[in-house]
Amino acid sequence: MTGFRPSLRRKPSSEPILDRRPFDLLCLTMGFVLLVHAAHLPWWLTTVLAIVLVARWQQRRSGGRNAPIWIKLPLIGLLLGTVIVQNGTLFGREPGSAFAVGLLVLKLLESEHRRDARVGIAFACFALMSALLFDQGLVASFFVCLGIVPALATLRSLEEVEPQATPWAREFTPVLLALLAAVPLSLFAFLFVPRLSSPLWGTPQSGQAVTGLSNRLAPGDMLDLMTDDTPALRVTFTGAPPPNAARYFRAYTMQSFDGKGWSPGYRNSRRPPSRADYGSQFAYQFSMEPTHDRVLPMLDLPTAAPADAIMRADHTVLAKRRVDEVTSFTGYAASTYRLEPSLDDEVRRENLQLPAGVGPQARALAASWVERYGEDRAAIARAALAMFHTNFSYTLAPEPLGRDRIDDFLFATREGYCEHYASAFTFLMRAAGIPARVVTGYQGGYWNGTARYLLVRRSDAHAWSEVWLEGRGWVRFDPTAAVRPERVQLGAAAANAGHGGDEGLLDFPWLRDLRDRWDVVNQWWNRGVIGFDALRQQGLLQPFGIARAEVSDLAMIFAVGCAVLVAVALGWALFQRREGDALDASMRRLQRKLARAGVSRRTGEGPRHFLARAARALPGQRNALERLSELYLRSRYGHDEPPPESVTRFRREVKELKTRRVVK
Amino acid sequence: MPPRAQRLVAWAERRLPSLTRFRRPEPLPIQLHRRRIYIVPTGFGIGFSVLLAVMLVGALNYANNAALMLTCLLGAAAVGSMLVAFRVLNGLTIGGVRAGTARAGETIHVSLDVGASQRERMAVRLDVGLREFVFVVPAGGATTVEFELPTEFRGWLALPRMRVHSRWPLGLFRVWSWLHPDRPVLVYPRPEALGPKPFEPRGDTDRGRPRPGDEPAALREYRPGDPRRQIAWKLSARHHGLLVKDLEQPAPQEDWRLDWDGMHGLDDESRIARLARWIDEARESGRRWSLRLPDGYFDVAQGDEHYHRCMTALALRP
Repeated sequence: MTGFRPSLRRKPSSEPILDRRPFDLLCLTMGFVLLVHAAHLPWWLTTVLAIVLVARWQQRRSGGRNAPIWIKLPLIGLLLGTVIVQNGTLFGREPGSAFAVGLLVLKLLESEHRRDARVGIAFACFALMSALLFDQGLVASFFVCLGIVPALATLRSLEEVEPQATPWAREFTPVLLALLAAVPLSLFAFLFVPRLSSPLWGTPQSGQAVTGLSNRLAPGDMLDLMTDDTPALRVTFTGAPPPNAARYFRAYTMQSFDGKGWSPGYRNSRRPPSRADYGSQFAYQFSMEPTHDRVLPMLDLPTAAPADAIMRADHTVLAKRRVDEVTSFTGYAASTYRLEPSLDDEVRRENLQLPAGVGPQARALAASWVERYGEDRAAIARAALAMFHTNFSYTLAPEPLGRDRIDDFLFATREGYCEHYASAFTFLMRAAGIPARVVTGYQGGYWNGTARYLLVRRSDAHAWSEVWLEGRGWVRFDPTAAVRPERVQLGAAAANAGHGGDEGLLDFPWLRDLRDRWDVVNQWWNRGVIGFDALRQQGLLQPFGIARAEVSDLAMIFAVGCAVLVAVALGWALFQRREGDALDASMRRLQRKLARAGVSRRTGEGPRHFLARAARALPGQRNALERLSELYLRSRYGHDEPPPESVTRFRREVKELKTRRVVK
Repeated sequence: MPPRAQRLVAWAERRLPSLTRFRRPEPLPIQLHRRRIYIVPTGFGIGFSVLLAVMLVGALNYANNAALMLTCLLGAAAVGSMLVAFRVLNGLTIGGVRAGTARAGETIHVSLDVGASQRERMAVRLDVGLREFVFVVPAGGATTVEFELPTEFRGWLALPRMRVHSRWPLGLFRVWSWLHPDRPVLVYPRPEALGPKPFEPRGDTDRGRPRPGDEPAALREYRPGDPRRQIAWKLSARHHGLLVKDLEQPAPQEDWRLDWDGMHGLDDESRIARLARWIDEARESGRRWSLRLPDGYFDVAQGDEHYHRCMTALALRP
C-alpha cells in the first residue's frame, strides 16, 4: 500500500507503535539468540551486546523512542570493524554469526513498529539456526529449539487485539501447544526430506576446528585435547573389557623428529603391514565421533583392518574416507603379540634418526647408560623409566620450555605430561642406539556400567613410546606411567585430579550413574539424529522391502506423507462439534435415513409434522415412524433433560428402522 | 458481455462467491463456512517461507541435522498456524444489524453482531469502507461492531460490502471472507432548509400565550413569590439553588394538517423535503399533526412512533 512518494523525507508511518508486551517479548527473543551464541562469540562482544539490549529495553520502558541515527551508524560501523579486525574477514562461520547476532541486537534500536518486529523475529530464527552450525549436541539443540517459543510468542502478541498483562506462562502455553502439535509433521519431514549426498557449496564443517589427534606431536600441543571432555570413541566388547592398563588405542606412530616435534615417517604408508605374531585375537565394536580425519584409533594391537580401511606398515589404521559423522567399525585386537620381530635396515635407520645439535646433555646421559649396561637394552629403558620415576612430576600446566626442548625438559623444568615424557624417552632411547618411536592415541576411557560400553573422551588422548627390542619386536613403554601410574591405571581424570581438577568433588556414585545415563542419551542423539545421513536415509524403507530408497522415492513419500498429515490436521480444523445432545444426534440420523428414502425435512418443519409426513409417504414403516414420533416428543418435551433410557431406546429404534425408497 | 464470459462469471459467482466479492446480497445471519473462507500468505508469510527455504537448503548443504530439525519444526508450526487462522473464521456468524436514525446527508449509526458458537475467536478484523475494526469474539457469545455510514439519499441504504478477515495467530496467513448482507437501513429524507409555515386556520386569540397547565414543562431558578408546592425539592437537593417546576405551558397549538396535495407548484422531492421539515418542526414544538400522502393517511397524533411512521412513509415515497 505504499503510495508514490515524491520526496525522500520520512513518511510519518501510519502503522501503530509496538505495544510494550510485544517489545518485551522481542527483547527476550533477542536475548535468547545472544545466549545461544554466547558460547562461541568473543566474550566482550557478548557483554557489549547484552548491555545494548538491556539499555534499549530500559530506555523504551521509560518511554523512549527510536535511537537517533548518530547512535546507530557508529554502532554498526564499530561492529563491522571489530568483527573484521577480529577475524580478518566478514565471511565464514564465526565472523558471519558474530555480525548477524550483532545486527540483530542493534535492530532493536530501531524496532518501533510491527514490521520491524516481524523482520527481527524472522532474522532471529535464522540466527538461532546458525548457532547449530557450531554445536549440534543434544543440549545445544534443545536450547536453540526453545528459542522458537519466545519468537513465536512475539509474533502472536503482535496480532493480539490488545496485549493484556497476562502472566508469561500463559503467554507461552499456546505457543508450546502449537509446537507440540507441529512435532509429528516436523518429524516426518525430518525423516523424509531427501538429503544431499554431496554438498552444493563449501565443504561440511569447513573452517571448523575440531580438537583431535594430530599427525604432529610437539610438547605442549596436546593441551587443548587433554582438557576437552567431549566423547571421541565408544567401544563395546562381547566379553569383559580389558583392564584399564591395557586400553591403549593407537592412532599414529611418529618416527621423524626435527628437534621440536615428531611426525610420522614418509615411508610408512608405502610398505605392506609388517609381520606380527600374536596369540589369540578378539573382536570389538567401536563408534567414532566425527574427526574429519581418516585415522582410526584401534585397540592395541590391531590384527586386521576393519572394512573400508587399510592397515599401514606400523599397524595403524587409515579409513578410506574421512570420518565426517558418527561411524561404527568392527576392530580386531590381540593383547599378546610380537610386532615386527625382525627389523628392516631402512626402518631401523629411520627410527634411530636424530637431528644434529639437539639435546647434547641427553645424548651424554644416554651414552653413560650404554657404557654401564652395554647391550642390555631393556636395562637402559628401565634406567630411563627409573629416572622419570624419581625426579619428575606430572602436570598439565608445565613451565614453558626453552630452545632445546629435550635438554630443557630433562634437566631444568622436569615437569610435564605424556607428550613431554614420550618425547624425551624416545629421544633418550634413540640416543642410546635403540630404535624407538612415539605413538599417539587414546589411553584408558570410562567404563559405562549401565550401558556396558567404554567411553573414550578426547581428554583421554595420550602419547607413549614403542621401543624395538631384539627378539621381542616393538615393545610399548609408557614413561608417563613411571611418573604418574594413576594416569594409566585409572585414567586421565584421576591423573589430573590432583592438579586443580574438581572431579574428585563430584565423584558420587549416583552422579556417576546419572552421567552414565546421560551419555547413553547423548549417544542415542548422536547416532539417531545427527548421524542420520543420506546413507541411513536410504535404508529407511528396509522394513517395507525397499533396500535402497532413491531420492525420487523419498521425495514422493515426503510429499504424500506431508499431504496426509496436513489433511489430518485439516480434518481437525474443519471439524465442528455439532450442537445438541444424543437425542439430536439420533434425530439427525433418522433424518438422513428418511432423506435417503425421499422424505427430507423442510426448514422450519417441526418433528411431529415431519414424522407424520414421513409416515404418510412410507406406509410400510408407518407404525415404526409413529412410535418414533411419540417417543421423540415424549423424550424431548416431557422432561427438562431427555431421560437416558428413552434416548437409548430412540437410538435403537432409529437403527432398526428399515427404509426403502418409494417409487412414485 | 458475450454469453461465454457471462457463463464464466456466473460460474465464478457460484463457485467462488467470496473471492469474486461481487457476491449477491444474502440474508442475515451469515454463517461463514469453508466454501467462502479464503486464505493466502501475507507478505510476511511469503518472506518467512523464503527464509525457511534458505534455512532448509543451508541445513541440507552442511548436513546439519539439528538445523534441519529446527527448520522442519518452524515449517510445521507455520503450517499449523494456517489451520488455526482458518479456524478463526470458520463457523463465525454475522447477524443482527441495528441501525439508528439519520436524515439524508447525516451519518447513520449501525451496529452489527458477530457471534461465535464454540470457541473464542481472537483478533477478528472487519473492514467497513476504509475503516478497520479489530475485536475478539467470546466463546458462545457475540461482539457488537459499531460504525457510522455516510448517507446521501433518502430511502433504503444497502450495507456496504464488508470484509471479515484475520491474521491470527502468527501473521503468516491472512484469512478472509467477503460479506454482502442483504439488510438495508432506512434513511429519512433531508428536510428543506428554509420554507414557509404550513397553512393554519386563523382565529385563535391566545395562540402562543403561556398558561398554567398540569404537566411540568421546564425547570427554572426560584424567584420570590413562587408557590411552595411548585418547588422541585428532589432536584434542588442536587443543585445549589432552589429549582421551581414551571407548570406553565404554551397553549395547545393548533394541529397541523399536512397535506401532500396542499402544496402547489412543487416537484415530488421538494414536497417531501418540505413535509419532512414541517414534521420535524411539529415534533420539536410539541404540536400534533396529521399527514396525508397520495397513498396513505396518518391521523392526527404526536410522539416518536407517529414521527417514525410518517418519516418512513416519506422516506419510501417512490
